[in-house]
Amino acid sequence: MGNGSGNMYTADNTAQEEMRMANGARSDYIVRGFVLSSVFWLLVGLVLGLWLAAEMVFPALNLAPWLAFGRLRVVHTNGLIYGFTLAGIFACSFYMLEKLTRTALAFPGLAKAQLWLFNIAVALAALSLFAGMNTSKEYSELEWPLDIVVVVLWVMFAVNVMGTLVKRREKQMYVSLWFLIATVVTVAVVYILNNLAIPLSLTKSYSAYAGVNDANVQWWFGHNAVASVFTFPILAMFYYFLPKSTGLPIYSHRLSIIAFWSLVFGYLWTGAHHLMLTPVPEWIQTVALAFSLFLIAPSWASVINGFYTMNGNWEKMKSNYLVKFFILGITFYGLQTIQGPTQAIRALSGFLHYTEYIPGHVHMGTMGWVTMVITASMYFMMAKISGREIHSVKLANVHFWLILVGQLLFTVTLWIAGIVQGAMWKATNPDGSLMYTFLDSVAALYPYWTVRLLGGLLYFAGVAVFAYNLSMTSRSKPGTKWSAAAAARSQAA
Amino acid sequence: MNFNSLYEKPVLFALAAVVVISVGTLVTTFIPLFLPSTQPVSPLFTPYTAVETEGRDIYIREGCNNCHTQTVRPMRTEVARYGDYSRPEESAWDRPFLWGSRRTGPDLARGGGKYPDAWHYRHMANPQAMFDKSNMPAYPWLANAKLDTSLTAGKVKVLGYGYDGAEVARQLAGFRQTVTAPTYPSAQVRSQVTPASLRGEITELDALVAYLQKLGRDLKAAQKPPAVPATAEAAESKNPYAGNRQAEEEGEKIFKENCRSCHGEKGAGGFGPKLVTTAHKFGGSDADLFASVAGGRPGGMPPFLPQLGKERVWKAVAYIRHLERESR
Ligand code: HEM
Ligand code: HEM
Repeated sequence: MGNGSGNMYTADNTAQEEMRMANGARSDYIVRGFVLSSVFWLLVGLVLGLWLAAEMVFPALNLAPWLAFGRLRVVHTNGLIYGFTLAGIFACSFYMLEKLTRTALAFPGLAKAQLWLFNIAVALAALSLFAGMNTSKEYSELEWPLDIVVVVLWVMFAVNVMGTLVKRREKQMYVSLWFLIATVVTVAVVYILNNLAIPLSLTKSYSAYAGVNDANVQWWFGHNAVASVFTFPILAMFYYFLPKSTGLPIYSHRLSIIAFWSLVFGYLWTGAHHLMLTPVPEWIQTVALAFSLFLIAPSWASVINGFYTMNGNWEKMKSNYLVKFFILGITFYGLQTIQGPTQAIRALSGFLHYTEYIPGHVHMGTMGWVTMVITASMYFMMAKISGREIHSVKLANVHFWLILVGQLLFTVTLWIAGIVQGAMWKATNPDGSLMYTFLDSVAALYPYWTVRLLGGLLYFAGVAVFAYNLSMTSRSKPGTKWSAAAAARSQAA
Repeated sequence: MNFNSLYEKPVLFALAAVVVISVGTLVTTFIPLFLPSTQPVSPLFTPYTAVETEGRDIYIREGCNNCHTQTVRPMRTEVARYGDYSRPEESAWDRPFLWGSRRTGPDLARGGGKYPDAWHYRHMANPQAMFDKSNMPAYPWLANAKLDTSLTAGKVKVLGYGYDGAEVARQLAGFRQTVTAPTYPSAQVRSQVTPASLRGEITELDALVAYLQKLGRDLKAAQKPPAVPATAEAAESKNPYAGNRQAEEEGEKIFKENCRSCHGEKGAGGFGPKLVTTAHKFGGSDADLFASVAGGRPGGMPPFLPQLGKERVWKAVAYIRHLERESR
């Protein structure tokens, strides 16, 4: 069934491990550093998200300028996109790179510097956004000095990725590495172009583009930030860690090839689906709509690849604690990539754009797909790095159920809220006048916002369990064969 | 070349990826940058004044765009709720654009001139005092901060608004004179929310309000004022609900949701004139009152016909009559 490069996934783990040790590939401390940073920023970002969700119900919580909704929302999104997700991507990328190339990182010193600079940058980003230094362009809010730091960080990362790939020992590049390269390239292009600005002072700049052009560039960036942070690298993890944790090769190599190129090609056309029915030229909107619908195919190619990989081995959903994270994760990805394209359809956009439905869409992707895959990958890596089994499979299961239920409560509630809101905005009396004031539509949403907050709390509890379980796993257990191996390795280092 | 060797050559692979992502980028984003039709410019839409520019930067700093949009889409109900749909020309001076992506609060693209300044001063200081169901944060710190104008001339230059530092200084001085004068129509509310030490200065809130009052103004000015829909609609000019108790009760509900924030509890008066009276500012016949509510009046009374429709406007008028009776 599987053809091509799936074979290396059935390769004996221990043999590879030995080879790695012999090769002296030793960037575990960098991977661990990024994992711990990622979890730290995850916890911070979620606490801010909870505060934000509570502010929608209790506006009195807008206690200070830096805590007011408009500023806090930006810290929440940036903290989780750049703090949590990027650090998770760096951790998994370095880990996968060394494994898939059977080569040590080309520049471990550079990676270590990147780890430090990264955390300093995220802290400064949070502080500056709290202080209101922001450009207003979504997910691109950082002011220009920090943009430069981001670019430097990205170059450091890219140098290590490409450097390690160039000196690799494994001839074929596995599909995860393709997605990694696509991530490196796409983030660089979209981030730089969207952030072009004319500085006025150290903390203030004005976009290089005006009006409609600024909007068009921004959402071309916005959608491809989603592509290259929440999609490509997460697929890279999925294609690597699912086979790794099950011992099953990916179903079809050919399907991965088709999925990869058409996904990477298609994504860049779709930005204007965030701008349906706005003053952006209609043809750009229509092209975006067409490509949005097209994207269902390559997105689902990965979903199908994942499901078929499990074919005949579905009992692993029960017997292997990691599998359900990956399979549910890819399922949410599948739902997400059906829901997203439908949101691009003009009539539906007319109804749902600007409503709660969209944060519902966003959080199924981030709390379902992205966190499921990243946290499971972290369990896998941390156990390997610490040379032991995970601290508690039971806690991992608790973590799984809490984030699953929390996320569903959160997202399904917001979809319903969005539909209610959209309907109230459009409702008219027989004489054509509006049935509800705007405030009526606000008042109607309080129950939904309260349930969303509850969903968020459940989800947060799950992530807290994860953080505990992971930190326990990162300590090696005394008196086991694992700890002996770890001790031997650290001596050799 | 064997195509499969692409998967063995990382640098080549990265270059191929760049090419693949460039196609859509060029067509949908890069080329439109150079087409004048993407962002048409019209002399009808003027750049922001120095104070409005500063106000806009405060809007950005506070992240208002995270809850408020500034694009009215060409949809019937949306135009009825907010006003005429957005044109590309309106954004020509906007760097960055501020269309937003969420409507936790209402769209603001047509907010300019809808309410008097006083409305905004009170609203920004405490939204819940005006609308108890609102979840907008209060922004008391804006009135407590003197506007920093040290960079204004530089901003206007970078943004290419076409006037110089001397003009900036002139505008700032003129604006300061206007808002601090005792004759400023919103002087009373302004001094309620502004600390004594700053009443003679331009505050951040002053600038923000000036910016909000600019939104949609140019479009309104460019369009011929529509033949007041109110007069055409009020052909009957007699309230069909006159003396109807049930309609008066419905009118009370309509009043609470739409009118109370300006005209006060039970029409006791606020930024808008007192309504518990028989001497109405714009005339007290049924037709006059209908015209006031339906079509709006200069000085900050917005038109309500598009949102409420004729029936509900008449019911609101019926409630005003009820208030009049009480005032006797
Ligand atoms: C406890 C969990 C979470 C809570 C309570 C929460 C809460 C919120 C709230 C209240 C908003 C503002 C929505 C609005 O403006 O209507 C928001 C937006 C957002 N959050 Fe979260 N969030 C959570 C988890 C996450 C995670 C894990 C991520 C990413 C990895 C994330 C990414 C985002 C993004 C990208 C937006 C912007 C959405 C948009 O523009 O439509 N959130 N979140
Ligand atoms: C084929 C795939 C997808 C398509 C075509 C798509 C389409 C869309 C559309 C049309 C919107 C805008 C809705 C509106 O504002 O009216 C949107 C918003 C968004 N989507 Fe997706 N989506 C896809 C997959 C994903 C995935 C996998 C994620 C991962 C988390 C994601 C995250 C987001 C985010 C963060 C936003 C909010 C942007 C904002 O701030 O307004 N999407 N998507």
